[in-house]
Amino acid sequence: MFASDISSSRRRFLKGAGASVCALSIFPKKLRANHTKVSKGEAYSVLVDLTRCIACRACSRVCVKANGLDPADDGSNVSPQHCETLAYNKWSTVNVENVPEPMHKSLAVGVKRQCMHCLEPACVSVCPVGAFSQTEKGPVIYRSQRCIGCRYCMIACPFEIPKFNWHSGFTPVVGKCQFCAQNRLFKGLPPACVEACPTGALKFGSREKLLFEAKVRVKANPKKYIKHIYGENEIGGTSWLYLSGIPFEKLGFKSNLPTSPIPSFTWEVVSRIPIIIAALSGLFGMVAFSLKKHIKDQDDLPKAGAS
Amino acid sequence: MKLLGWIFLIGVVTIFFWAACAVAFGRYTQTVKRLCRYTLRIFWLVSLGVLILRFGKGLGAISAMSDKFPWGVWIGLLQSGVALAAGGFVTAATVHIFHIRRFEVILRPMVLTAFLGYLFVAMTLFVEVGRPQRLWHPLVMWQHTSIMFEVAWCVTLYITVLMIEFSPVIFEHLDMPKVVKAIHYGAIPIVIVGVILSTLHQSSMGSMFLVMPEKIYPLWFSPLLPVFFLISAVAVGLCTAIIESFFSHKLFGRSLEIPLLQSLAAAAQIVLLVYFGLKMVDISMRKEWQSMWTVPWLGVSFGIELFGCVLLPIILFSIPAVRLHVRGLVFTSFLVGGGIILNRINVSWFSLIPYTHTTYFPTWMELCVSLFFVTLTVVAFGLAAHHLPVFPKAGGKIPPQTSSEPNLN
Repeated sequence: MFASDISSSRRRFLKGAGASVCALSIFPKKLRANHTKVSKGEAYSVLVDLTRCIACRACSRVCVKANGLDPADDGSNVSPQHCETLAYNKWSTVNVENVPEPMHKSLAVGVKRQCMHCLEPACVSVCPVGAFSQTEKGPVIYRSQRCIGCRYCMIACPFEIPKFNWHSGFTPVVGKCQFCAQNRLFKGLPPACVEACPTGALKFGSREKLLFEAKVRVKANPKKYIKHIYGENEIGGTSWLYLSGIPFEKLGFKSNLPTSPIPSFTWEVVSRIPIIIAALSGLFGMVAFSLKKHIKDQDDLPKAGAS
Repeated sequence: MKLLGWIFLIGVVTIFFWAACAVAFGRYTQTVKRLCRYTLRIFWLVSLGVLILRFGKGLGAISAMSDKFPWGVWIGLLQSGVALAAGGFVTAATVHIFHIRRFEVILRPMVLTAFLGYLFVAMTLFVEVGRPQRLWHPLVMWQHTSIMFEVAWCVTLYITVLMIEFSPVIFEHLDMPKVVKAIHYGAIPIVIVGVILSTLHQSSMGSMFLVMPEKIYPLWFSPLLPVFFLISAVAVGLCTAIIESFFSHKLFGRSLEIPLLQSLAAAAQIVLLVYFGLKMVDISMRKEWQSMWTVPWLGVSFGIELFGCVLLPIILFSIPAVRLHVRGLVFTSFLVGGGIILNRINVSWFSLIPYTHTTYFPTWMELCVSLFFVTLTVVAFGLAAHHLPVFPKAGGKIPPQTSSEPNLN
């Protein structure tokens, strides 16, 4: 009789626990943490107008110099066929994308790539040691002193920007564009690449102003530009904004990005952890001790508790 | 060199597999044993060489991982290791929280398995992480929004809990009954802490992938990933208990309680059924069934994982011919275990291939490192089972002392 009591209370517990876990996990969460302390309008920003880029790679070269990097490819090869790739010691690249046109000619467009400096960056939120951080004015910077080399940032970054030094045994680092935050922005200078650009394809300013200017440019010249400012809404907005005359997906930009920031996906889970701990310890504690008491009461019957 | 490496690795795996089969079918003769030992020694020497290369020349020298594919096969295997270690917390909860005492006979081996499983994870992390000398950083440099931070804490705390849970065995061996008794009093709180840590950790293994909604193939990406990882881990934990009881019976001559294995199988069946149902509902709700066909080989992989290794075991466990025979139970459990490993590899490796447009395939050295750690774990288990009172004497209750174990070989 007692045995059936115990097993039925066990069963009741399992049902209750299952239901509450389901409720905890399915119940929608209204609170969404705003991870950023950066105001969207005032963030430092760069507008890249791809229609003005002549692929001279001045930005690539000056980036290497300004940040003291020593990549195998320093950007001095300006042939359009040459392909630059981002690496831990190469933070900015320009590649010429050939876009096939319907009229049997192809259009060559220079595309600069570097960290997009998301307003709500995935890398900052996923790094277990806080090696990535976002400064108050938006630039997302990496400090190697904390890095353990887990490469979660590389997996999490929607633009696949952080790169890793695969050839160091104990001291590999991750590398990505720092927005020249420490060596230039804090001194009131624009990023090195912006300063080096001879055609005005890059423009530095506050995000609000640049967004406005981008919209003005698109409106003034609707034939030249497509009606999409890349970075305005992608994963909650980025500090680097792109204008183009050709749809972005044809230039190798990710076109399937969600508009909600990446950190919100895990925050859904992380924010529930305290309540899960509390609920589980309460439930298990109750069951364990109450069943123990039941069993103690019938200690004389050694195998009755097992059913 | 590359070809030689692969031939060597495949040879080693074949010999170990053959030895495992020999054990399973009761043909583990002295010759097999000796061959196994020599292979192991050579294999360990080669693996140590690979490890020296890794720490001398970096990850790029031994692995096929690259900037385009920064997480390789190690992550999948590491996650499988975590899942296979779930038997520890499932059994501990059964015995100490639900007080189903007849499972006490498998408690110690399962806790040992969990402990060694987590050691496997820690060893893999030590090689996988770029700067292993800084593995303690997450414990000091808090970053609470990171799932990886949660994982680091859970692994550390849970290894500690497992050590405490396993320590009575060592104290019994050292003949210190007072300490054993003291730990026994604290058993329930310790087990509860362990269960909570496991719940968090198993599910956070899935939460890790929530940050790449656009990268993971839609068959696998789901907001419910943490729930799936937790449920499947519970199922595979029950199945490892079956497998392990069988092998310890064969190797160490332990008595085999078939009714116990059958209840484990019945529990696993229910958990698998819940998992299967949730998975079905999830994919139907997200309307992603057509993804089975858009990338056919991923569809096949998904089919094997879900229908071959979840649905099939559910059916097999309910067929009397399978359920009543040890080999049937063990075979089905292997199916479930294999399915979980495939699932973890699918999520962390295969599902990323269409997005990244790169084909990552591990080098033989990567697999060599993993197999090295697996063999270390297995050998450690064997040594512990041989020298410590891990298994109860034939008949049931855990023996009070370690002495007089006649059929221990």
